[in-house]
Amino acid sequence: MSDITRAEVCVAACADLFAGAGETLASPMGLIPSLGAKLARLTTEPDLLLSDGEAFLLTPESTVEGWLPYRKVFDIVAHGRRHVVMGANQVDRFGNQNISAIGDHARPTRQLLGFRGAPGNTVNHRTSYWVPRHSPRVLVEAVDVVSGVGYDRAAGPFHDVHRVVTNLAVLDFDTPDHSMRLVSTHPGVSVDEVQKQTSFPLVADEVTETRLPTDEELELIRTRLDPQGKRDKEVPS
Amino acid sequence: MRDKRMTADEVVSQIKDGMTVGIGGWGSRRKPMALVKAILRSAIKDLTVVTYGGPDAGLLCAAGKVRKLVYGFVSLDSIPYDPWFKRARETGAIEVLELDEGMFQTGLRAAGHRLPFLPIRAGLGSDVLKYAPELKTVRSPYDDGEELVAMPALKLDVALVHLNRADRHGNAQYLGPDPYFDDLFCLAADRRYVSCEQIVETFDGPPQTLLLNRMMVDGVVEAPGGAAFTSCVPDYGRDEALQREYANAASDLEQWPAFYERFLG
Repeated sequence: MSDITRAEVCVAACADLFAGAGETLASPMGLIPSLGAKLARLTTEPDLLLSDGEAFLLTPESTVEGWLPYRKVFDIVAHGRRHVVMGANQVDRFGNQNISAIGDHARPTRQLLGFRGAPGNTVNHRTSYWVPRHSPRVLVEAVDVVSGVGYDRAAGPFHDVHRVVTNLAVLDFDTPDHSMRLVSTHPGVSVDEVQKQTSFPLVADEVTETRLPTDEELELIRTRLDPQGKRDKEVPS
Repeated sequence: MRDKRMTADEVVSQIKDGMTVGIGGWGSRRKPMALVKAILRSAIKDLTVVTYGGPDAGLLCAAGKVRKLVYGFVSLDSIPYDPWFKRARETGAIEVLELDEGMFQTGLRAAGHRLPFLPIRAGLGSDVLKYAPELKTVRSPYDDGEELVAMPALKLDVALVHLNRADRHGNAQYLGPDPYFDDLFCLAADRRYVSCEQIVETFDGPPQTLLLNRMMVDGVVEAPGGAAFTSCVPDYGRDEALQREYANAASDLEQWPAFYERFLG
């Protein structure tokens, strides 16, 4: 299948976040991570549990298979069988994330959502981030407010920041000091370009190219999961 | 059995300046907006408002009712940010206690259980504790010796919640998919008021939808449409058009007075 879009590459990269997850609650925030989680469930991770973002667990056919109101989500968070993919207004070199406020928290220049569940998520179970516009303003040296906890802080026994997927690249923290590493750049993106859009130096020793979605995945993305092509609005090619 | 029916204004007459008021629902979902409107119309001031914040937080900030806001987030769901809450924060108009949303639940639960605190992992390593130095940690007395956040009880003077159905005695039922935390708000509060779409003699539906029993409730207000413009499914969904109007007016101080007057009715 030809004419694979950047958005489709991002969806497949988000699907790969859940590799080996098994019977785990996937909590993707935002369109591309949601498409990725659904794609994983339909292909390599049939045991994944998916919520509708409200109170139900849904099968790929949208049948209700479980009840998960917010209070029970907090139980799952503490129990740990969950992989959340959160957004990030800022994310830094050690995987600290900010969705609370820009500037001084006492009187921010820009108030954002608030801590939400980020502090609890990041100390309890696997967390990944999705950044639809990779830029030096998002990939910062140090976040203004630590909502999601990074590797340079005492975060307890269950801390596990897995990966950052952006519109340009896939990154992780698999380095001796857990500083951010460039794993792969999306087809058509250079290592230099990713570095230029990042405020801190990335570890970039063995960078590969992010894989293309398979024909089966493209078919699912285009005809079943997102026939209206909303993905291309979130990540223009 | 006691008949606890009252009006929204009678509820609000029980709220004094400086009190801590918990507001049920979540984001822009099943907020007790009829009761919030009654606060907006009153002379009450200096409230500490404890909420999984939606437009309730924004409107109370707009009316200058809030001295301190305790929240995990403030969002209108389909519109990410509430403009009035943003303005209140960015102008330094309110004090805040910004929590992880699981810490928030744990604080309500501690209050409901009459405990000084409950331990939770959420908050460790994050800036929640940096901006709220009154929050302490506690070390496990067992062999693991783990350090945990000692989330203090979020004690409320008053809880305001909105459910789908109630009887005159204060038993109350939710018919949507999510109870939110309305029962915890009531257990955490000294005085508990529920507004509802309809007061009924007997309840239809499975008994596990009866979220509140009468010993958790001091007053019942029949307020059809009393959560609008937030959602109260299955009775009605969110009034997205009115919410957009609210958000647009809240973003533009010139438009705000006309909207606010119309909104309060």
